[in-house]
Amino acid sequence: MNIRNSKYNKPLEAYFEKIASAAVEDMILNMGPQHPSSHGVLRLELITDGEIVKEVIPHIGYLHRCFEKHGESLTYQQTIPFTDRMDYLASMNNSHAWVMGVERMLGIDKDIPKRIEYIRVLVCELNRIASHLIAIGTYGIDIGAFTPFLWCFRDREHIMGMLEWASGSRMLYNYIWVGGLFYDLPVGFEERCREFVDYFKPKMVELNQLLTDNQVFISRTANVGVLPLDVAINYGCSGPMLRGSGLKWDLRRIDGYSIYPELDFDIPVGTGLMGAVGDCWDRYKVRVDEIEQSLKMIEQCLDRLQNELKRTPDFDPRAKLPRKITPKAQDYYVRCEGAKGELGFYFMADGRSEIPTRVRARGPSFNNLSVLPELAKGVMIADLIAIVGSIDFVLGEVDR
Amino acid sequence: MSFEDIKLLLTEKFGADVIVGEETGGLQPALLIDPDHIADVCLELRNNPNTYFDFLSCITGVDYGVEAGRFGVVYHLASIPYKTQLTLKVSKENDRNEDNLPTFPSVTSVYRTADWHEREQYDMLGIFFEGHPDLRRLLLPDDWEGFPLRKDYTTLDKYYKGIKID
Repeated sequence: MNIRNSKYNKPLEAYFEKIASAAVEDMILNMGPQHPSSHGVLRLELITDGEIVKEVIPHIGYLHRCFEKHGESLTYQQTIPFTDRMDYLASMNNSHAWVMGVERMLGIDKDIPKRIEYIRVLVCELNRIASHLIAIGTYGIDIGAFTPFLWCFRDREHIMGMLEWASGSRMLYNYIWVGGLFYDLPVGFEERCREFVDYFKPKMVELNQLLTDNQVFISRTANVGVLPLDVAINYGCSGPMLRGSGLKWDLRRIDGYSIYPELDFDIPVGTGLMGAVGDCWDRYKVRVDEIEQSLKMIEQCLDRLQNELKRTPDFDPRAKLPRKITPKAQDYYVRCEGAKGELGFYFMADGRSEIPTRVRARGPSFNNLSVLPELAKGVMIADLIAIVGSIDFVLGEVDR
Repeated sequence: MSFEDIKLLLTEKFGADVIVGEETGGLQPALLIDPDHIADVCLELRNNPNTYFDFLSCITGVDYGVEAGRFGVVYHLASIPYKTQLTLKVSKENDRNEDNLPTFPSVTSVYRTADWHEREQYDMLGIFFEGHPDLRRLLLPDDWEGFPLRKDYTTLDKYYKGIKID
């Protein structure tokens, strides 16, 4: 190892010491890196006293793929596929945020045709539903309910099929481009999407009957992992995690980006219906309610896409693509509401090159997960599984 | 509170030399803060009922390049009650020696979310945060050498722990 100022090694030594001394009195338990409830590669080091978790030390980075380095080595357009691989369950939302940031830096965000914006929001909301379905389904599995998982995946498959039809890929779309779209929607997409909405609405009622109001499920999640609002804000939690704690904070409404101001939707928040405000059940319920709101938005998008913004033969979604993307020298931080919360990209452009000098991605899962040591203090190990599941993180975004 | 009002508020509270400059060219104006005061400034901006920047969106470490010999940190604050955003920047000259990392005060005492953000910046760029409770590497293994997001970072080794690297 290099000769290093010993000041920089102190925290590591302190950590080793803590683990060594904890191993004498308490038990060190490794949950992960391959634990079924972590939905990815996350290692939680638990210091336990019998069945009680005294401390959780998360170890992340197993899925680190140098997103920021890629962003600093490739042009703005070339990085879009890499954004898809951050939160790979809601790729459309990621590329939408990236593209929006670049368009605002170029100053072309106001010239994007309405039809393109509506298609973007349509596919983003479809993808948000798919992401929430996974959150709900796998949360059921974590707690011991297998059927909701299969039902959610069955319905998610329809969304995957539709998005594959539009973009050519099931999960990593590269569909939203700077200044436009890869392709227009395929002929018949709107009708197929409407069929899906009509099919899916009763399925949500079924799902609610099966899981949301299930007494076993409520007993496992209500009053567990209560996250007070001030703690949530201080830890930078966002999305369903923050709304579950009872704050109406949705960037789609606050910032009003894209065409969201033209859509009518509600912001569901946790109310503490089954226990305390901000418990696992509240976070789960916010996601269920958001699916309904997304369906509402999809219907409004479809109404406009089938009427005043109808497909015309000469419509070219690539017409506004800039030839060369060289923004003026500036810094810009763009934030938008991804499926998991506030998704942000920070660009530093030098004004000469097509490649940004610094790119930073702020993943919502990263911040939401960082609150786990606080939430998990003094809970039972079985409750820790319920808490981890209710955070709904994607390791691709935590590690980037 | 507008950008000018925030400037006035900070200079009244901490003196004129707390703000060393500003960037107003782009879409989002940024305040350049004196590095030693950043934690106090964040605390004041969070607690003052007129600003109330209670949400730290993001912390970004920046390597300004080998010629510039500067490192910086960018803070993106957001206020939930006022629905406003603010960018703060600090920067410092540094000789890129690994025994002498650029050091800034930690804001973990103000925003707990800064904990992981600062660990990541330490991990990737080798920026040391004074006063951080647990500044270990976050994404890379504990025994990793060098800081990958620095502009002069190169991997000379052909092998990492016996695994060949192309």
